[in-house]
Amino acid sequence: MSARLPTGGRLLDRSQPLDFTFDGKRLHGYAGDTLASALLGQGQMLLGRSFKYHQPRGLVASGAEEPNALVGLGEGAFFEPNQRATAAELHAGLTATSQNHWPSLEHDVGAVNSALTRFLPAGFYYKTFLWPRSFWKHVYEPFIRQSAGLGKPPQEADGSTYEHFHVHVDLVIVGGGISGLAAALTAGREGREVLLIEQTAHWGGRAVVDAPQIDGQSAEDWVKSALQELETMANVRMRTRTMASGLYDHGYLMAYERVSDHAPATPGPRHRLWRIRAEETRLATGALERPLSFAGNDVPGVMLASAVRDYLVNWAISPGDRTVVVTNNDDAYRTALALYRAGLAVPVIVDARPQVTGALPQAARDAGIRVEPGRAIVKVDGKKRVTGVEIGLQLGEGGAMEHIACDAVAMSGGWSPAVHLWSHCGGKLTWDEAQALFRPDASRPPRGDKGQPIASVTGTANGHLGTAAALADAGLELDVSEPAEEPMAPVWIMPQGAGPALKRKMFLDYQNDVKVSDVELAAREGYESVEHAKRYTTLGMATDQGKLSNINGLAVLSGALNAAIPATGTTTFRPPYTPISMGSIAGAARGPLFQPVRRTPIHGWHEANGATWEPVGQWRRPYAYLKGAEDRHTAVTREVQAVRNSVGLLDASTLGKIVVKGPDAGRFLDMIYTGRPSSIAVGKCRYGLICNENGFLVDDGVVARLAEDTWLCHTTTGGAEHIHAHMEDWLQCEWWDWQVYTANVTEEWAQVAVAGPKARAVLESLGGMDVSKAALPFMTWAEGELGGLPARVFRISFSGELSYEIAVPADRGMELWEALLQAGAAHGVTPYGTEAMHVLRAEKGFIMIGEETDGTIIPQDLNLGWAIAKKKEDYLGKRAQERPHMADPKRWKLVGLEADGGAVLPEGAYIMAPGENANGQRHTQGRVTSTYYSPTFGRGIAMALLIHGPDRMGEMVEVTDGQGGAITARVCDPVLYDREGERLDG
Amino acid sequence: MSTRRYSAFALAREALRDHLGWQRAWAKASPKPRYDVIIVGAGGHGLATAYYLGKNFGIRNVAVLEKGWLGGGNTGRNTTIIRSNYLQDPSAAIYEKSRALYETLSQELNYNVMFSPRGVMMLAQTEHEVRGYKRTAHANSIQGVTTEFISPERVKELVPIIELKGPRYPVLGALWQARGGTARHDAVAWGYARACSDMGMDIIQNCEVTGIRSEGGQVTVVETSKGEIGCGKLGLVVAGHSGVLAQKAGFRLPIESLALQALVSEPIKPCMDVVVMANTVHGYMSQSDKGEMVIGGGTDAFNNYTQRGSFHHIEETVRALVETFPMISRLKMLRQWGGIVDMTGDRSPIISKTPVDGIFVNCGWGTGGFKAIPGSGWAMAELMAKGHSPLSAAFGMERFREGRFIDESVAAGVAH
Ligand SMILES: Cc1cc2nc3c(=O)[nH]c(=O)nc-3n(C[C@H](O)[C@H](O)[C@H](O)COP(=O)(O)OP(=O)(O)OC[C@H]3O[C@@H](n4cnc5c(N)ncnc54)[C@H](O)[C@@H]3O)c2cc1C
Repeated sequence: MSARLPTGGRLLDRSQPLDFTFDGKRLHGYAGDTLASALLGQGQMLLGRSFKYHQPRGLVASGAEEPNALVGLGEGAFFEPNQRATAAELHAGLTATSQNHWPSLEHDVGAVNSALTRFLPAGFYYKTFLWPRSFWKHVYEPFIRQSAGLGKPPQEADGSTYEHFHVHVDLVIVGGGISGLAAALTAGREGREVLLIEQTAHWGGRAVVDAPQIDGQSAEDWVKSALQELETMANVRMRTRTMASGLYDHGYLMAYERVSDHAPATPGPRHRLWRIRAEETRLATGALERPLSFAGNDVPGVMLASAVRDYLVNWAISPGDRTVVVTNNDDAYRTALALYRAGLAVPVIVDARPQVTGALPQAARDAGIRVEPGRAIVKVDGKKRVTGVEIGLQLGEGGAMEHIACDAVAMSGGWSPAVHLWSHCGGKLTWDEAQALFRPDASRPPRGDKGQPIASVTGTANGHLGTAAALADAGLELDVSEPAEEPMAPVWIMPQGAGPALKRKMFLDYQNDVKVSDVELAAREGYESVEHAKRYTTLGMATDQGKLSNINGLAVLSGALNAAIPATGTTTFRPPYTPISMGSIAGAARGPLFQPVRRTPIHGWHEANGATWEPVGQWRRPYAYLKGAEDRHTAVTREVQAVRNSVGLLDASTLGKIVVKGPDAGRFLDMIYTGRPSSIAVGKCRYGLICNENGFLVDDGVVARLAEDTWLCHTTTGGAEHIHAHMEDWLQCEWWDWQVYTANVTEEWAQVAVAGPKARAVLESLGGMDVSKAALPFMTWAEGELGGLPARVFRISFSGELSYEIAVPADRGMELWEALLQAGAAHGVTPYGTEAMHVLRAEKGFIMIGEETDGTIIPQDLNLGWAIAKKKEDYLGKRAQERPHMADPKRWKLVGLEADGGAVLPEGAYIMAPGENANGQRHTQGRVTSTYYSPTFGRGIAMALLIHGPDRMGEMVEVTDGQGGAITARVCDPVLYDREGERLDG
Repeated sequence: MSTRRYSAFALAREALRDHLGWQRAWAKASPKPRYDVIIVGAGGHGLATAYYLGKNFGIRNVAVLEKGWLGGGNTGRNTTIIRSNYLQDPSAAIYEKSRALYETLSQELNYNVMFSPRGVMMLAQTEHEVRGYKRTAHANSIQGVTTEFISPERVKELVPIIELKGPRYPVLGALWQARGGTARHDAVAWGYARACSDMGMDIIQNCEVTGIRSEGGQVTVVETSKGEIGCGKLGLVVAGHSGVLAQKAGFRLPIESLALQALVSEPIKPCMDVVVMANTVHGYMSQSDKGEMVIGGGTDAFNNYTQRGSFHHIEETVRALVETFPMISRLKMLRQWGGIVDMTGDRSPIISKTPVDGIFVNCGWGTGGFKAIPGSGWAMAELMAKGHSPLSAAFGMERFREGRFIDESVAAGVAH
C-alpha cells in the first residue's frame, strides 16, 4: 500500500494539514500536496476507470502527462470534470469525485472482463453493429455513448470569471527547470525584457529531485540562488502555474495561467489567458519519461520511475512496501537508489539490457540491490493492485523464470523531449538513434512571415538529457557533478518475443485502452500510415493527447511494418499542450459583454417606455413599444395607424451615415452606386442602390449632396460597416490614386424620422428653420436650427407619408426626441418601432434589403431599373448584370400578392408551378418576400417575386402553406398605398 | 482461412485466434501503366466517385491516387454534420440524395460508418433569421426534405443545456431536421476504400499528381511521384488543391482556399443528443460518441494552405458557444486543428466537365462537403460515365460565367 513517510518531502508543509474529500470520504493531506500525492499518502492508489474497458487504473505519472487519475473537482457552479489529480494542488475543503464508473470506483459493472476484451479489439465497432439498421441509433450508440465519456457534465452555468492578458517582451522562456532558469539568467543579465513561465507551482523541474551538484552546490541551492538573482531583475517577469498552450503563426504564443484553482476563494479571475508577442521564444520544456510495454503494465501500482522518485522526494510518498524497478536505461536506477535511501525495499531491478555496467547500476549494486540484466517483466500479477511480477528473459517469449512479490513497479522506457510547442507551427523533428528519441531539428524550425525562425529549444527539450549539457545549451557553462550514464537500449516491449496473449495485455494508451495488439492489428489490416493507425486504434487521442503513448505506439507500429521509426513519422502535434478551459478562451466576453450592444442616444428612453427589442446588427432597436397590457401585434397596429392618421417618431440613428469627400468623390460614387450621385445638386437627395461585383443588390439608401465635394451616404442599419469597408476596399486596392476620403459618421448623429400628415405641423411648432413645402420640398435637405438645436433636416420618406428625418449631433439627440414628443403631444405623436416601419414601407411597396433581397437579387428584379444610370460607362456590378442569366426574361420579378379572404400569407412561402424537375422536386415560379397584416387595409398584404410577374396582374397563384398544402393568392401591384405619391409629396 | 466480411460472428471467430486472420481493409497497390479512369484525391468525394463508377456503371479499371494517406484531407478533419435542409433546389436535391444514401451506407459497404440521425437544429436568433429559416422550411416542404420550424420551448426540450434567453441574442426558434445527424468521418473514407479495393480498383497512397498531359484537347497521361500513368478519363477531386491541379491541366477554377478550424473538448457523459448550429453568433456544436463536444465556426478571412488557422477564430467560436451553452465554460479544449477548404463564389460546389476533354472536376464543397460525399460520388460517377447527371447539372462551372449562382449564403441579405 502507498503511504506517507514520517519525514521528508521537499514541497510539504507539515505544519499545515488540510482536509479534503474523495468520493465523499474525508481524507487528510498537507499544504504543498497535489491531490495525487495526498491520495497516495492516504493509501488510495485506485483512482479511475479506463475509457473503453472500464479497467481499474491508478496513478502513472506525477505531472501533466498523467493519463489515468482524472477526477471531478468542486461542486455546483464550480464543478469541473476531467481534472488531472497530478495537476490539482490541494487546498482546504477540496472535493474530488472519481469518474466513469457505476455504481462505484471499486465495483464498476461496466468493467469488461479481461477475457471479453479480446472480443473488443481496436476498431471493433467498424465491423459490427451493422444490423438491424435502426439499432445503431436506438440501441448500440446510446450504449457506447453512455459507457464512454469519462466525467460528468457540469450542471450549472460557470460561477467563475476569466480574463485575457496581452504582453510584449523581448524573450519568452517556456519552462522553469534549470535550463529555463539558466536561459533567463543569461538574458536577464543582458538587460533583455524576459518573461519566464512554468506550468507547475514550483521552480527547478527535475534537477531538484534528481539532485546533481551544480556549481559546487546542490541543485536545490543553485535553483534558490538563481531565483534570488532573477527576482532582483526588473526586466525579468516570472510566473508559475502558467502553461504555454500553443505556438501560432508569426510566433504568437498562448499561455494559460491557473490563477486561483489552488485557492478558489481568492477574488478575481480563475484563469488568465496570456497572449504573448515576443521577439524570441525559447522552449525549455524538458522531457517526458516513457512507459515500457509489458503485460499488466496498467495494473494500479505500476508507475513511471521518475514519478515514483517525484512522489518520494517531493511529497514523502512510499508507492508501496516493495517496488520492483524495470528499465532499459540508467536513469531509473536513481529511483531505486532514492527508494533505498528512504529505507524502502527494492527486491530487484529488471534491466532489459544484456550488460549493465554504468556508475548508477554500480551504486545500486553497492547498496545491495539485486540487478538482473537481460531480463524482462513478462507479466504483472494483480487486478486492482500489483501483487507481484513474473520475470523472464528479455530475448525470450514470455516464459516466467521467477515470481517476485511486490506491490509497486517503477518503469522507465527512456525519455522523449517535449517537442509539442516546437511542432505546433511547423517545426520539424529529427530522430536521435543513440538516445532513441525525436528532438527538434534546428535546421527546420517553425518559421515566421519572412522565413525567420520563430522559436528555439533549450536544454533537455533539445535532447540534452544530462545536466551539464542542458545548462550549457541554455548558455551557462557550469561545473556539474553527476554520475555518467551508459547508453540506453531501444527496448519498447517486454519480452521481445511476446505472443498475442501477452501483447493483448500490454497497454500503450492507458486512458483509451489501446494495447500493443491493437496497433499490430491496425498494421495487419492496412492502417499503415501513422495517422491511420492512430485513428483506427484511438492511440494518443485521449485527454493526455498521447504524451506517454505516442512514441511507444509509433515504435510498435514501425516494428509491425518492419520500417525504421523515423520513416514511419509522428502524428501532428496540435495545441493545446494540455487542455485549457473554454472559459479562459472566452475571457471576459460573456453575458452582457459578449458582444457590445450599440446604443443610440435615445436608447434609454426606449427602454423606459415599453420597447420590446429586436437585435439588428450590433444594435438593438425597438420592435414596438408596448403600452399597458398590449401584445406586439396590437402595439404595431396602433403605431401604424398613428403614422397614417397623425404623426409618428422613429429613432433612425442606427442608419449608416458615411461621408464621402474629395475632388474625385463624385466619380467614385458613380462607380459605387448604380445611379449617378455626381449629378445630385447641392441641397438635394436621391435614392441610390449599391451592388457587389456579381451584380447583386447589397444595400440601398438616400444620398445627399452636402457640398460641392461632399456627399452623405445613408446605408441600412446592418450595412454601415461593411459598406464603408467595401468603399475603402475599392479605394485602397483599385483606385488608390483617386482623391477621396470616406468616414463612417453613423454614431456622430442622432437621427429621428417624423412621419405622418402632421409631421410639418410638429416641426413648425418646434420653431426655427423654414420647413415648408416651398422651402424644403420632397428629396431635399437643409441645415439650420430647429427648436434651438443645430440640425440637418432631410425631406425623405420610408413610410409613404409626409416625412422629415432630422439629424442633430449625437449628444443633442435626447433633447431633440423630447422636444418632438412635446411639440407633437397635441397631435398624439406616437413613437413607432421597426415592425411598424416594415409594415408602412410594405404598404407603400418600398423594398427592404434583406427581405426582398437575399444576395441573389439584382435591381432589375425589383423593378428598380429606374435607379440605374443606363448610359453610365461602368459601375460595380454592371458587367455582371449583363451576363446571360441576369438578363434572362424568366427571372422572378417583384409583384404584390393578396391571399384569398385577406389572410396573411406565411413568411417564406413559395409559389408553386405545375410538374416536377428531373430530381423529382416540385417546380416553383416565385416566392413571398415580405408578408404582414396591414392595419391600413385591414387585411394581409405581401410582396413576392414571380416569373413574368409584372405581366400577370390579377392572375391567381398557389402558395405553399408549409404543411404540404396550398393557399390561393392573386397577383397585384406591390404599391398599395398612395400610388400617386401625393402624401409623400405633400 | 482469413476473414474478409465483417459481422459480430466474424469478430467472435477472430477473437478466438487473436485477430490474426483479418485481411487488409484495402490492398496495397502500385500503379499499372494505364487505367480507364483515374481519380485524383482519395478523400471521401474521390473514393465515393470511384465506388459508384464501379457499382452503378461497372467501370472497375480505376485507380485512385492520393498524395498522402487516404482520407487525410478535409474528410478526416471535419465535424461530420450531415443535413440536407438547403434552400436552393439543386442543393437540396444532391444533399438529400446524399443523406438518404448515408442511411444505408454501413450495410451497403459492410463497414460501420456510424451514421447517427440524431437531428440537426439551426437556431434562429434574430427576426431576420426566423424569416430565413421559415423560408427554408417552405422550400424543403416541396423539395421532399423533411424539416420544420420549431418553437423555443421545443428547442429547450431537445437541448436542455441551451440558454434560450442569451442576454445578447435570444433563441427565437429553430429549423429542425430530425433525420440529419453525424457519421464517423474516417470510417466513410475507409469503408469506401475497402469497397473499391474489393471491386479490384487500385488505391495508391503517397502518390502525388505532379503534372497532367493531354493531346488534341483530350487527356492522356498523369505524371505522379510514382511515375507516369495513362488514363482514358480523369477526375480531379482534391478539394483545397483544386486550383493547383487545374493549373497543371491548363485551365483555371474560381476557387479560393481558406483555413477552417475545429476543436473538441475533453469527453464527458452524454448531455446533448442533437447537433446545434448557431449562425448569428457563428458556432456549432455536437457531442461525439466518445463524449467530446465537437465545435466549429467560420473560416479564417485570408487565403492560406497551412491547415492551422488563427487563434482568434477559435476564440470567436468558443465565445459564441459559451454564450449559447453556458455549462461548457468549465469544460476544457482538448485539441484544435484546421483544414483547407475550397470556396467558390456562390459557396456551392462544382461538379463539371472542363475545357479539356476527359477531365472532370468535383470541388468547391468548402465548409460543408462531408455530408455530400455519397451523393456527390453518385453524381460525379454518372457524369463521368454518361456525360450527364441530373443531380450535377446545375453545378457546372459555366454557371459563373452565366451568372447562374446557386447561392446558399443568404449572408448578403442584411437586416434593416
Ligand atoms: C474543420 C472542418 C470542419 C468541417 N465540418 C463539416 C461538417 O460538419 N459537415 C460537412 O458536411 N462538411 C464539413 N467540412 C467540409 C468537408 O470536410 C469537406 O467538404 C469534404 O471532406 C471534402 O472532401 P473531399 O474528398 O472533396 O476533400 P479531401 O478530403 O480534402 O480530399 C482531397 C484529397 O486530395 C488529395 N490531393 C490533393 N492534391 C493532390 C495531388 N496533387 N495528388 C494526389 N492527391 C492530392 C489530398 O491529399 C486529399 O486527401 C468541414 C471541413 C473542415 C476543414
